[in-house]
Amino acid sequence: MSERSESRAGLLELDDLSVTYRIASGEVPAVRGVSLTLDSGAALGVAGESGSGKSTLAMALLRLLPRDARVGGRILLDGEDVLTMKWGRMRAVRWAEASIVFQGAQHGLNPVRKIGDQVAEPLLVHGQARPEAARKRVAELLDQVGLPTWRARSYPHELSGGQRQRVMIAMALACSPRLIIADEPTTALDVMVQAQVLTLIKDLVAENGISLIMISHDLSVLADVCDRLAVMYAGRIVEQGPSGEVFHDAKHPYSKALAAAFPTVGDPAARLAPKGLGGDPPDPMQLPTGCSFHPRCPVALDECATLDVELWPAGERRTAACVHVRAKEEAS
Amino acid sequence: MTETQATKEKVSTAGQNLLEARDLHVEFVARGRRARAVDGVNLSIGEGEIVALVGESGCGKTTLARTLLGLERPTSGEVRYGGTALDYGSKALKAYRRQVQLVLQDPTGSLNPRHTVYEAVAEGPRIHGLADEETAVATALSRAGLRPPERFFLRYPHELSGGQRQRVVIAGALALNPHVLVADEPVASLDASVRGEILALMLKLRADLGLSALVVTHDLGLAWNIADRVAVMYLGRIVESGPVEQVLTAPRHPYTQALMSVLPESPERVVLTGEPPDPTRIPGGCRFHARCQVLASGKAAEAGVDGKCRSEPLDVLPAVPGAQAACHYADVAG
Repeated sequence: MSERSESRAGLLELDDLSVTYRIASGEVPAVRGVSLTLDSGAALGVAGESGSGKSTLAMALLRLLPRDARVGGRILLDGEDVLTMKWGRMRAVRWAEASIVFQGAQHGLNPVRKIGDQVAEPLLVHGQARPEAARKRVAELLDQVGLPTWRARSYPHELSGGQRQRVMIAMALACSPRLIIADEPTTALDVMVQAQVLTLIKDLVAENGISLIMISHDLSVLADVCDRLAVMYAGRIVEQGPSGEVFHDAKHPYSKALAAAFPTVGDPAARLAPKGLGGDPPDPMQLPTGCSFHPRCPVALDECATLDVELWPAGERRTAACVHVRAKEEAS
Repeated sequence: MTETQATKEKVSTAGQNLLEARDLHVEFVARGRRARAVDGVNLSIGEGEIVALVGESGCGKTTLARTLLGLERPTSGEVRYGGTALDYGSKALKAYRRQVQLVLQDPTGSLNPRHTVYEAVAEGPRIHGLADEETAVATALSRAGLRPPERFFLRYPHELSGGQRQRVVIAGALALNPHVLVADEPVASLDASVRGEILALMLKLRADLGLSALVVTHDLGLAWNIADRVAVMYLGRIVESGPVEQVLTAPRHPYTQALMSVLPESPERVVLTGEPPDPTRIPGGCRFHARCQVLASGKAAEAGVDGKCRSEPLDVLPAVPGAQAACHYADVAG
């Protein structure tokens, strides 16, 4: 997939974003200093496992986090700081400039309201259309996501999982946002339906110049849809770069393990040889010292237990937070 | 309709077939309509063999697995274990379930949050009145990779990670020393990095204990990772089966080809349109013909089989180990 021109300013910029949840037994640092830039019209994949902070990151972008979350750093959407926006402005931004597609479409829709009314709601609330025009726009949107327009009169339970996910995407598109955040949009879906939804997302992004942030633990799916990948572990980005390169030639041992977890069918190296990673993701309240990945790392050195890792350059437009990468860069 | 088979057949004529489905049909009545969830299936799992049963939701794979476990009674046809037809009497069924154990998906949902690991794993041995319960539990836990087992006895599910919980579920299945594991999406709810570990465990169990397994999944990568043979199911029937290397590198049924083509990185995608199939309305002719890309592209017509595709049902595939596909086009195109 081609990188869009560099000259256009970043649509979304995160600068040292951190999110900490306060719970009864203490503080849980879920996101610990994430900086990244999303160019206008580009698609970024955020990969990670449960507890890596990737969903918290997505929620933070539109200030959808619960009250007990403390957010630090800056989130610039088209140059405007999301974290300091007035409440009214925030409401205007949601749906109209950036919208979010959640995982599990069965819970995202109101079971007692017709599909058409639900898709029309953001249009009406944001005053983008009167009821008459909204109905027309709903028909357009359903058509765009590949649903017959008569489906507007259906209730969510009459739709299959894939169709419901399409409805969620239609809602996200309703106010023509510039950014869509998709959090595991295909997790609960069958392979064939997943392929349909992914193709739809790819086409919509390409045709409408919408920027996309897609979140998943499946690196192969992300590499398929996105231009760039950011791999998260324990609340931090541990590797970033063009998606094909990160997927096929990961520099960080954790990204390597993630990439190997979903084998390529036909690859002799993976035949009867599933690859995993020993140990478990760390408890965010008891993060390991030094590099948080070191207890599970197959190539850890003694110094990893104490060394403060940061994202070091790892090739063109690539960075990785691994001591081995730093060593290589220094040598060259 | 099946005739009652001659009472006892010898175990080893067909080459160590341990668990077998013979012309199996399972029907339900759903909203007044007859749903043929399993509509004629022959499948066998050999000793020490791992078979992956692949298909979309609604294809009948879970019903087939449940029927093989004796949890569902077939409408017709039979399940055979060790060469004899399954006896649905409660005592015989209890004995059968010691041999063939279910591993559930989603360990978080299948473990009782108020039971310790020990209690969860000891449930089977208790029901079956095993003599040395503690040894059985300890052995099962360490076979499932939770070592030393005593350290886990008194822990509760919420104190464990997702991977450890799935190991507890597997230990629960192992506690009765079964010969066959039936695993329904064993890694679907696990994190990517843990997935490989659990799959490696299944391979290790096969190597160490000679366990056979039927793994029900929608994930072809999983089949490639651990299975010897794969059976692809569509609308209640197995439409293609054979050795994994053969079926997954050179699929012959258009449905398998489509499933393969939507894997990430596949060069050319065949995204099937239309809705997932409905077992209350199985189309006539080839049951896949309404969604078949080979028929739609006109290739079937070129080969002169398009009429057959639309009108002539295919035979039920036999339970043979070699590669086979139930497709009129594949029959002529080779």
